[in-house]
Amino acid sequence: MLANQLNISDELISKCIHCGLCLPTCPTYNLTYNEQSSPRGRIQMMKNVFENTSTISEQFVDEMNFCLDCQACQTACPAGVKYGSLVEEARNLISLNKKEKTFYKISKSIFLNKIIASTYKLKLFSKLLYYFQKLFSNKYFYSTIFKIFENLNLSKLNLLPKINFRPFDETIDEYLPSYGKARFDVIFPYGCIMNVAFSEINSDTVEVLRKAGCNVLIPKNQTCCGSLHFHNGEKEGARELAIQNIKQFNNFKFDYIIQNSAGCGAMMKHYNELFSGDSEYFEIVNLFSKKVKDFSEFLYEINYEPPTINNNQTVTYHDACHLIHSQLITNEPRYIISKTNKNTYIELNEASWCCGSAGIYNVTHTEDSLKILDRKMDNIEKTYADIVIASNPGCLLQIQYGIKKRNLNIKAMHLATYLNQIQ
Amino acid sequence: MISKAVTKEVISIIGKENYFDSPEDKLSYSYDATPIIKQTPHGIVKPINVEQISKLVKLANEAKFSIVARGSGSGLSGGSIPVEDSIVLLTPHWNKILEFDKENLTLLVEPGVITSNIHSFVEREGLFYPPDPGSMAISTIGGNVAENSGGLRGLKYGVTKNYILGLEVVLPNGNIIFTGNKNMKDVAGYNLKDQFIGSEGTLGIFTKILLKLIPKPDHVKTLVVYFDNKINAAKSVSQIISSKILPCTIEFMDKTTLQCIESYSKLGLLTNKESMLLIELDGHKIVVEEDINKVKVICEQNNSSNIIIAENELKAIKLKLARRVAFSSLARIKPTTILEDVSVPRSELPVILEKIEEISKQQNVMIGNFGHAGDGNLHPTILTDEKNESELKRAQIAFDSILNETIRIGGSITGEHGTGLVKKQFLKKMVGEPAIETMQKIKSVLDPNGVLNPGKIFSLKPKCEGPLPHRQEQISNFLLQGAWL
Repeated sequence: MLANQLNISDELISKCIHCGLCLPTCPTYNLTYNEQSSPRGRIQMMKNVFENTSTISEQFVDEMNFCLDCQACQTACPAGVKYGSLVEEARNLISLNKKEKTFYKISKSIFLNKIIASTYKLKLFSKLLYYFQKLFSNKYFYSTIFKIFENLNLSKLNLLPKINFRPFDETIDEYLPSYGKARFDVIFPYGCIMNVAFSEINSDTVEVLRKAGCNVLIPKNQTCCGSLHFHNGEKEGARELAIQNIKQFNNFKFDYIIQNSAGCGAMMKHYNELFSGDSEYFEIVNLFSKKVKDFSEFLYEINYEPPTINNNQTVTYHDACHLIHSQLITNEPRYIISKTNKNTYIELNEASWCCGSAGIYNVTHTEDSLKILDRKMDNIEKTYADIVIASNPGCLLQIQYGIKKRNLNIKAMHLATYLNQIQ
Repeated sequence: MISKAVTKEVISIIGKENYFDSPEDKLSYSYDATPIIKQTPHGIVKPINVEQISKLVKLANEAKFSIVARGSGSGLSGGSIPVEDSIVLLTPHWNKILEFDKENLTLLVEPGVITSNIHSFVEREGLFYPPDPGSMAISTIGGNVAENSGGLRGLKYGVTKNYILGLEVVLPNGNIIFTGNKNMKDVAGYNLKDQFIGSEGTLGIFTKILLKLIPKPDHVKTLVVYFDNKINAAKSVSQIISSKILPCTIEFMDKTTLQCIESYSKLGLLTNKESMLLIELDGHKIVVEEDINKVKVICEQNNSSNIIIAENELKAIKLKLARRVAFSSLARIKPTTILEDVSVPRSELPVILEKIEEISKQQNVMIGNFGHAGDGNLHPTILTDEKNESELKRAQIAFDSILNETIRIGGSITGEHGTGLVKKQFLKKMVGEPAIETMQKIKSVLDPNGVLNPGKIFSLKPKCEGPLPHRQEQISNFLLQGAWL
């Protein structure tokens, strides 16, 4: 039964020669030191499940969901094993066979299928959340609530993004011309969570793009890229969202699609994985994906001259997993940052180690996620930097939470915000 | 079979939270980095102190089960693959550096410390722990001692055993000893410590390791030399050595390996060249610069096609990193990589290289060749697919021929990976019957019940073949897979 549900080839899984070179890069292995929680161990389990020699047990489900899908192992693997595709396939299989844990299933189905997938519902939900957060920022109310639910772990609430009063797309025009001579027509996907919770970053991105010679198109009625669905085993849901976006964007004439969120960029670049063997869409999807560029990648490729600043502010950079491991983007953001202010860039130790945010991981596995964050925060503290830059909203939230918890005097910001504040 | 009652006793020693035996758990510890061979254990334990280990070993003697110690499971000779009816004993969580003695230049560590963490720790202090096995990013120091691992710097600095001052060992009878100490000179009694180094988990379980450190060389220079044929590269190596120059590293890579490494690391290696030498010299700046020039002249005399000096330390580190993962990157070509670990006297390097090429052609199997040419330790890697039975058979013949040829010219069947399971059938041929008998006697005296990693290195007779595969279906399965036995 399982075999015909599988969308990956035998070759993909037999590539692993179990040499173990992935182990030191795996955040979950380094939490437990258990082989079961390592990429090598998980691949062996998947192999047995895919080949039908094992069933989908509770432990299998736990280990697949314990994985952050940060794909650091994929970068480390000399043999070229595509671990990301394997774990996503395993999660899809778990979902198809209805083996998910009830809590995970319910929260996933409400969050992914009901809320995120629909722009209207997401906005409605955000509005509620906005007032809720407003209420909570009221100290008197917070302390009363805290007393009532003393045993409840309210710190989780701080991991939620702070909702904007008005979503980004309602504050901006569909077409924004370049400030100087226009060199490119680019589409800017404003995202789902980014749209309701990070509208400043979106505005900053658009501003920098316009200054860099881009006419920016922001199509209405776009939707979530589907990455949260895909990474959580909802392949079908991801496909639907992908089709909706592709159709919508292809109504326009454009050179590139510029992503400012690492996870969404990685998803859009790999849309073809959702459509393998689909004759209707495969070609269209491939053409579409080729036009997707990360914000920093694009600026680097067009030889963008960033604004310069001369002060003693020190800056460090955290690699978002979906930039470095999925999109192999490492030098580009560093190059741009170090050009803005000479001699003040500090390399972060273990910069490519996951921060523990990992999509909705910090909500589904809060405790583990915070342990992983601790390691990141230790390294950030040691840089004594004034600013830490990350190019993914999830990482920013997570690191901001870490900064708040430790009461540090560091600002975490997106590359776009950093560049725009200099200008 | 380990009975339910015995399992209960194991749990009562170790604690319920540190005992694992679900099918997934067992599967996850059924292999190490060795190709093809697999065996599931009865259970897995994560002890939290040395007393637990001692009690467990004593129980194993009474209840007749075996214990297989395991670090990260990155070994390549099957040393940490479970045997039948065995409990796997994990050490990776024992990863603390216990004492750094600046005055005596020693470091006391737990067995689960990752080798490269030792490097970064001591190098911050201006000190040096030279052994650097290819898998040092994940290998544990306990595993290194058990296998007496080598590495890239073996040529100048020797191997793990040259840096072990002392060991805390749980003996096969459960007693705990500390053998060795911080003294540079010590000849009190038999040299017990060295007996345990390289014993592959068959004579004791290490719980503390005392390392010797040396000052870190102040200047390092790395160069890459390409050749249009392998033999010229090998000749250069022999001449460098005979000219009394002692680089810390001379690594050899053939075209196949170069291509695989390049496709992983994207360092801009010249993949159209037949072979490459990666040479590193360290020491005082003036001496290093002088020697580099001499090395260049020797290579040029041997018709090298390109000589490139690494422009900075970062590039040199990347080059070495790429070399370290050579074995794994060869898996890009074919799914099963069978790795040799032959070691020959350095003067014989051109001979063995030519022979390997000949064998590869004869048996029509693909061989990627690389290794620590400077110390004569080569890793010809047969690239095959374990699902292709006929090719696997030819691979087996090639593997055997290379080993036989090595023995013929006075080489060793294993330079640094250990005998374990994969080389055990060749051991007698290499060391001779009386030597094997002596080894077996040592084993039976220290471990009369065969509780620690039995069946590795050699089998004990007449007791039995150890709890290795003995059922007919398992043996035939083994034979089908290529049969190393």
